Amino acid sequence: MSVLVLVEHTDGNIKKKSFEAVQYAAEIAKKINTTATALVLGTIADSELENLGTYGVQKVLHVADKKLDELHARAYASALIAAAQKEGSKIIIALHDINGKAVAPRVAVKLKAGLVSGALSYPDLDKGFVLKKAVFSGKAFAFVNITSDVKVITLMANSFPLAPGSGKASIEKLDVTFGDKDFGIKVKSVDKVTGEVSLVDAELVVSGGRGMKGPENWGLIEDLAKQLGAATACSRPVADAGWRPHHEHVGQTGGTIRPNLYIAVGISGAIQHLAGVNGSKVIVVINKDPEAPFFKAANYGVVGDAMEILPKLTEAVKKFKQHK
Amino acid sequence: MKILVCISQVPDTSTKIMLKDNDTAVNTQGTTYIINPYDEWYALIRALELKESGVATDVHLITVGKADTEPVIRKALALGGDQAVRIDADSIDPYQTANYIADYAKTVGYDLVLCGKESIDYNNGSVGVMIAELLDADYIGFATNIEVEGTTATVKREIEGGEETDLVNFPVVIACQKGVAEARIPNMRGIMAARTKPLNVIAPTAGAAVTTILSYEMPPAKAGVKMISPDNMDELVELLHSEAKVI
Repeated sequence: MSVLVLVEHTDGNIKKKSFEAVQYAAEIAKKINTTATALVLGTIADSELENLGTYGVQKVLHVADKKLDELHARAYASALIAAAQKEGSKIIIALHDINGKAVAPRVAVKLKAGLVSGALSYPDLDKGFVLKKAVFSGKAFAFVNITSDVKVITLMANSFPLAPGSGKASIEKLDVTFGDKDFGIKVKSVDKVTGEVSLVDAELVVSGGRGMKGPENWGLIEDLAKQLGAATACSRPVADAGWRPHHEHVGQTGGTIRPNLYIAVGISGAIQHLAGVNGSKVIVVINKDPEAPFFKAANYGVVGDAMEILPKLTEAVKKFKQHK
Repeated sequence: MKILVCISQVPDTSTKIMLKDNDTAVNTQGTTYIINPYDEWYALIRALELKESGVATDVHLITVGKADTEPVIRKALALGGDQAVRIDADSIDPYQTANYIADYAKTVGYDLVLCGKESIDYNNGSVGVMIAELLDADYIGFATNIEVEGTTATVKREIEGGEETDLVNFPVVIACQKGVAEARIPNMRGIMAARTKPLNVIAPTAGAAVTTILSYEMPPAKAGVKMISPDNMDELVELLHSEAKVI
C-alpha cells in the first residue's frame, strides 16, 4: 500500500503548500516502510510534475483531463478513489484548504474512513493513529485517533518546513471513468485574484484594527505589507465597519491563519481575535495602549502611535532589504 | 421547496477553554452556549429570507445533541423556521453526525440543506460535505451568495485564489459564510412563537464513529514579550531577521 496525496496547482504551477503535503505523505510512508504516490489533476506539464520527486514521492499519477482544472469536488473524489484502489492506499492526504475540505470528507465517507481535518502533526503510531489538530479556533489542541482501517487526513499548510531532496518520481497517466454527477456543478464565471498575496497562504501578514482610526489610514498598512511581501488582514470591528473587505477578517468568526510573522497594528487582542491568529510563529504587536492584552501573546511589542511607527518600520524594512 | 438548516451548539466566542480529567475532556462548567455563528448569521437567515420571499415553503432546523441543547435550538426557532428536530445523541465525530442528519433528511426529502462553513468548536468543516455525499447530492462550500430559481441555485463561492459563480441543481448542500445574509436579532414575537413551535426529538440511527478524541492540550505560553522603542524600528527588523528568522 502506498500513501496517497492529492496535489494542487494554479495554472500548472504546483502550490508550495502542496509540496508540503507531498513531503508529509512521503515522511509517513517512510515511517511505515512503504512508498508515497502523488495524484495530480488537470492541465500541467511533466517538467513541473518531476519536481514532486524531490519531496519524496516515488510515483506521480496524472489525470490529464482539463475539466479538472476547475474544482469539481465529486470528480476529484472519484479520481482519488480510483488512485487509492490502484495503489492499495490506506492513508490518503489532502490539504486543509478550500479544495481539500470539499474533497476529503467525500472520500472519507465513500471509504468509511476516519478523517482528521487540519492535522498539525505526523500520526503517533504508538497510541493508534493519532493526529494533533487545533480546536476551538486555536484556543486548544486535540489529539484525534482514527479507528477505521482507511485513514484520511487534511494537512494544515505551513506546518512543516520544506526540505527538498534528490529523489526522482516516475510519472504515469491515470484514466478515470467519471460519473454523470461528478460534474454536476456548472461553473458560470470565475474571478481569480491575481497579484495580491493570498491571506490564508501568506507567510507574512500585516493586520490593522480599530487603532488605525479609519480606512483612509490603510495606506500605511499596505505600504508595510508591500515592502515585506506580506498579505493584509484586519480585526472584526474593522471588517464590520466596512473599512476593509470581509475576507481580510481574521479571528474566531473570520479566518484562522498561521503565518510565520503576524504584525498586529492597533488591535487590542480580544480572545476572539487571538483565537484566529495564535498559531502564528512570531507575533509583533504595535499599540498605543501599553495595557493592551495582545502584548501578552506577542513576541515583540512596540508602544506608540501607529501613524508614526508604521512609516518608520516600513522605512527600516526597505533599508534592510536594500542591504541584504 | 423544502430547506433543512443544520444548527450546531458551540461555546460562546468569549469562552476561555479549560481542560479536566487529566486533559481528556473540556471543562464545560459555566460555559455559555450559542448557535454556531456561521449557522445562525448566514445559513439560517438565508433560509428565512427564502421563505419570506415565497421561494421556500418549509424551513426545518436540525441539531444533534442531548436535551441540554434545547435552549439553543429554541433560540434558533425564535429567529424563525417552522419546526425543529433534535436527534437525541452525543455525537462522537463528524461522520456520525452527518449520518444521523442524512438519515433523517432522507425521510423528508429536502431540496436544499444549509449549514455554516464550519463550527467554531471543532473547526472541521466536514459535516456538510459528508451529508452531501450520503445524500448523493452536490455540495458547495464557502458560499457568499445564494439565489434560487425553480430547482436551481446560483451560488457565488470562494475558491482557491478567487471567487466563482456556480449553477447547481437540487438537492444540494451549501455551506455558508459572510455575504450570504445579514445577522438578525430575534424579536419578542419570535421568542414567544418559538415556545410553541414543534421540536421533535428523535432517536439516532445506527452509525458508528470512526475517530475519537483521546486528549487535549493548551497552546504553549509565550515566553514573554520583548519591548522595542518606537524610535528603533531598525532594531525590530534586525531581531525579526536574526533572532526570529521570519524575514
